[in-house]
Amino acid sequence: MNRAVLIFAGLLALALPLSLLAGRVWIDPASTPNAWLILGELRLPRAVLAIVVGAGLGAAGAAMQGYLRNPLADPGLFGIAPGAALGAVTALFFGYAASAWLLPAFALVGAGGAMALLALIAGRTGGIALFTLAGLMVASLAGALTALAISMAPNAFAMSEIVLWLNGALTDRSWREVWIAAPLVALGVALLWRAGASLDALTLGEPVARSLGVEPGRLLWLLILGIALTVGAGVAVAGIIGFVGLIVPHLVRPLTDRRPSQLILPSAFAGALLVLVADSVVRVLPLVTELRLGIALSLLGAPFFLWLLLRMRRGLA
Amino acid sequence: MRLVAKGLVLEGRLAGVDCTLEPGAITAICGPNGAGKSSLLEALAGLLSLDGGAVELDGENIASLLPRERAKRLGYLPQEHEIAWDVTVRRLVELGRMPHGDRLAGPVDYALDALDITALADRRAQSLSGGETARVLLARVLAGEPRWILADEPLAALDIAHQLELLRHLRAEADRGTGVILVLHDLAHAMNHADRVIVLHEGRIAADGPPQQALSPERIAQCWRVAVKWIGEDGARALVAA
Repeated sequence: MNRAVLIFAGLLALALPLSLLAGRVWIDPASTPNAWLILGELRLPRAVLAIVVGAGLGAAGAAMQGYLRNPLADPGLFGIAPGAALGAVTALFFGYAASAWLLPAFALVGAGGAMALLALIAGRTGGIALFTLAGLMVASLAGALTALAISMAPNAFAMSEIVLWLNGALTDRSWREVWIAAPLVALGVALLWRAGASLDALTLGEPVARSLGVEPGRLLWLLILGIALTVGAGVAVAGIIGFVGLIVPHLVRPLTDRRPSQLILPSAFAGALLVLVADSVVRVLPLVTELRLGIALSLLGAPFFLWLLLRMRRGLA
Repeated sequence: MRLVAKGLVLEGRLAGVDCTLEPGAITAICGPNGAGKSSLLEALAGLLSLDGGAVELDGENIASLLPRERAKRLGYLPQEHEIAWDVTVRRLVELGRMPHGDRLAGPVDYALDALDITALADRRAQSLSGGETARVLLARVLAGEPRWILADEPLAALDIAHQLELLRHLRAEADRGTGVILVLHDLAHAMNHADRVIVLHEGRIAADGPPQQALSPERIAQCWRVAVKWIGEDGARALVAA
């Protein structure tokens, strides 16, 4: 257990009760009618889902940055999030959204398909450069097919469903989504955590890592599987929520000794915190319709990314 | 306790290389650009999949060893000084313990001490000078207590003072019984500091023996296509145009 885990776990423990009470209607457990029903069936699953999705995205981002040895890497680069989105969009396209399990199942199939394609292209050699290019290719292919699905949507309702869903959100989620995502994300985080020692060795470059006994092919599989599970499960229940995987490791890194292995678990806690807080804020904002969580995080994330680039340009990062 | 190359073939790089390396000595691999020096070193480190031949470590084919077992015995130092994250010197040196699955203070402290960088242990990688970085990265190799050290151009990008200092450290390791294999560009360093020199030319061994013999002006003329002569005395030779 390191210091960063304790800090972010502590903040999460503080934020969780607050987020349960926060919303368009602030809940006072003593006086609000049906307070416990609202908390137990609406706000608690939503908060737990925010924690699950955020933890997966945070851990995936930390592992991804460690693997690519680049602080600007994002799990989206692997093409797994767009692949999962394509799967979900396919379900919406065919009007399966009403079915409880079909949309997440389609999204997971999409994530798995993107994963298989990546492994097919780059899996055997395990080269990082080839792998990044393959990820970008898979991402743009999935993006193109998603755009195709939007443009060919059978009716206006399906189209608006797809577009709305692509801007991820945690609105109207229940315990069902939690049960789908939580085990997959937990397994994924465990796999990424296992890759930690190999990621540390990669600090000195690929040849040194191999000379230290790291097997590039095995490491690549751990990462693909870990990211497919964490990001795929997140997209399956919440849609596309960007920038968490990019921002979170930056917030955590100064609190660690900078080894990639020490970043993965704290980033899971910090990601959970970020998504939980962001989701509470979009609920509280006095807008006519609730701001979509995916849009809110992008509005937060893009300027952060620009600030990072500026800082790196000055050589301070 | 020997590292043996048997008929190593790698398309376009190595065209059948045989050599038997003994521990407790410094062996330099020299040759003109593109002769296959780095490929031979990587092959000896067990990091290449060869098109033919095999490397044997203590009588076992290196390709059949578990990566971790191989890593315990062979320490490899590439030419690139890549350090992706701003970790402390101690954390970097500890990476050498990875094949052993521990972070034992003993070998790490020994490595820091052997390279005179104990005082730098808490410094961060990005604050180090080029010479300090080179010593830290060699300390990382020593921390793994390898029986063989294979280093690709460890003296490149170092000034003469740091070059001589690093050679002194490598000599100390060889005297402790470690096999030291260096790819060296600077023939004078090979002449003055190596016990044995292997000259590669177009993927084959052109000469193999004591430095005076392997790096004779005739051999240099044949492989590098340049007319040179050695001046100075034994142990302090310099190479000049003839």
